[in-house]
Amino acid sequence: MSANISHVLPPGLPAPAQEPVALPYWEGTRAGRLVIQKCRGCGKHQWGPEWVCHRCHSFDLGWAEVAPRGRIYSWQRPHHPVHPALNGHGPYIIVLVELPGADNVRMVGNLIGDPLQEVRIGAEVEAVFEPHDEATPPYTLVQWRVVG
Amino acid sequence: MSERTLRGKVAIAGIGETTYYKHGKSPDAEFKLALQAVLAACRDAGIDPREVDGFASYGNDRSDAPRLAAALGIRELRFSNMHWGGGGGGVAAAVANAGAAVHSSMANCVIAFRSLAQGQFARYGRGAQQAAAAGDDAFLAPYGLMSPAQRFAMKITRFMTEHGIRHEALRAIALTSYHHAQTNPRAVMNGRPLDVEKYEASRWIIEPFHRLFDCCMENDGAGAVLVVPAERAKDLPHKPTYLLGAAQGGHHRSAAPVHNAPDYASAHFPTVARNLWAMSKLGPKDVDVLQAYENFTGGVLLGMVEHGMVSAEEANDFLVPENLRFDTGKLPLNTSGGNLAECYMHGLEMVNEAVRQLRGDACNQVKDPQVAMVIGGPMVTPVSSLILGTEATL
Repeated sequence: MSANISHVLPPGLPAPAQEPVALPYWEGTRAGRLVIQKCRGCGKHQWGPEWVCHRCHSFDLGWAEVAPRGRIYSWQRPHHPVHPALNGHGPYIIVLVELPGADNVRMVGNLIGDPLQEVRIGAEVEAVFEPHDEATPPYTLVQWRVVG
Repeated sequence: MSERTLRGKVAIAGIGETTYYKHGKSPDAEFKLALQAVLAACRDAGIDPREVDGFASYGNDRSDAPRLAAALGIRELRFSNMHWGGGGGGVAAAVANAGAAVHSSMANCVIAFRSLAQGQFARYGRGAQQAAAAGDDAFLAPYGLMSPAQRFAMKITRFMTEHGIRHEALRAIALTSYHHAQTNPRAVMNGRPLDVEKYEASRWIIEPFHRLFDCCMENDGAGAVLVVPAERAKDLPHKPTYLLGAAQGGHHRSAAPVHNAPDYASAHFPTVARNLWAMSKLGPKDVDVLQAYENFTGGVLLGMVEHGMVSAEEANDFLVPENLRFDTGKLPLNTSGGNLAECYMHGLEMVNEAVRQLRGDACNQVKDPQVAMVIGGPMVTPVSSLILGTEATL
């Protein structure tokens, strides 16, 4: 786990509470793997984490590693700082990424690179794991980078 | 079996509001503002406040019903109701819940209200300041996604991009609200006109579709309406404003976690609008004046499209200021200035304006309107909308 990968956003933003319903996801990210809920009842993926499968109502939700690849479903470039940690930081990009390899579930992350870059819906992206080893407890965020 | 409906069964007999202030500028505490608005609505209706026997609100209003009832010496509290969901998504639902209570005889005289003093309490446009983000926010806040504008922005991006709708369509919505506020003495932005140049020069809150003037204000104040049975309303001072239709909720999994709603680029009205039209026995073409909640101008567009007021394909051509003004408009919109320029009272000010329009005493009076519509806060869940009408529509 490299500690020298720079973070997309400045320090001081809220850390994720690593709650029981989502623990395998957080453990997966620490190991550089994208692990989400996959129902043992109907075999479908779901995200975000929930206690029951929204399709078949099974509580027997397993977890499966999925390909860390997706495409941009939508995006935004916030300018206005919504948290003291962002004061003076300037614009950054948030993307909503659809994972075709996992029943098209979507994830939210930041787009790595020039914050003023043109963003295209449909662009192929890959996950980049962003460790926050200094945090207590440590956690890893999932960021995204345009492929090619 | 008689038809199960609220159409024509209940009426808004009184409306009230406080002075509207910029956020943090109210000299009065939030609860005092609520009391002032409730008393104003009772006075307007010519009803003794002690006769009120119910309160309905939304958006986690802090002025709770039992405290209001005690403070006002209400004789008997029969209905107290808080509608789930944040922001103004529940504004129409609160009026409908009051109406349902009255029609079912659970209560006789119910106030629907909203009170806000964002100086006294926290503002909406800033993220919560806690160290660890839980629930949905665990997957959002660490990426700098915290504010209401950010929660909805990607719905707007997707919808506008998919349908090729230009930012000018949203600009027209902002210009219309500000235009109407200039002749509304209650409006916080009265005396602060907006033109194309000022709009285009305003800073980005979020690219690609949220300039400063696409976003609502934050304000202090309170607003209230008094809902009574239709029969009772006929004996009161004002021409009754009848509830013709109301619906609330959201379509399939619109609250799915981490932005996973199947129909993502939506304000969440598809089924709500269907149910609204069914109860009201009316359609989009029957609406004479529209109050559409602007948390953000993009939400107005989505709400209008999902209620069938305009199609996505027509949006660029239709959404121009001339079509939206009270005097020249094919569909007069936000005739008091709305959340952008009158007051961000979570849409309660829009219900009051709809009533004023139907009574014929609005400051930007549409010519002889019979049907008024209120679309509550779009893009949250649950959402709600409301159709009101004059006696001629019954």
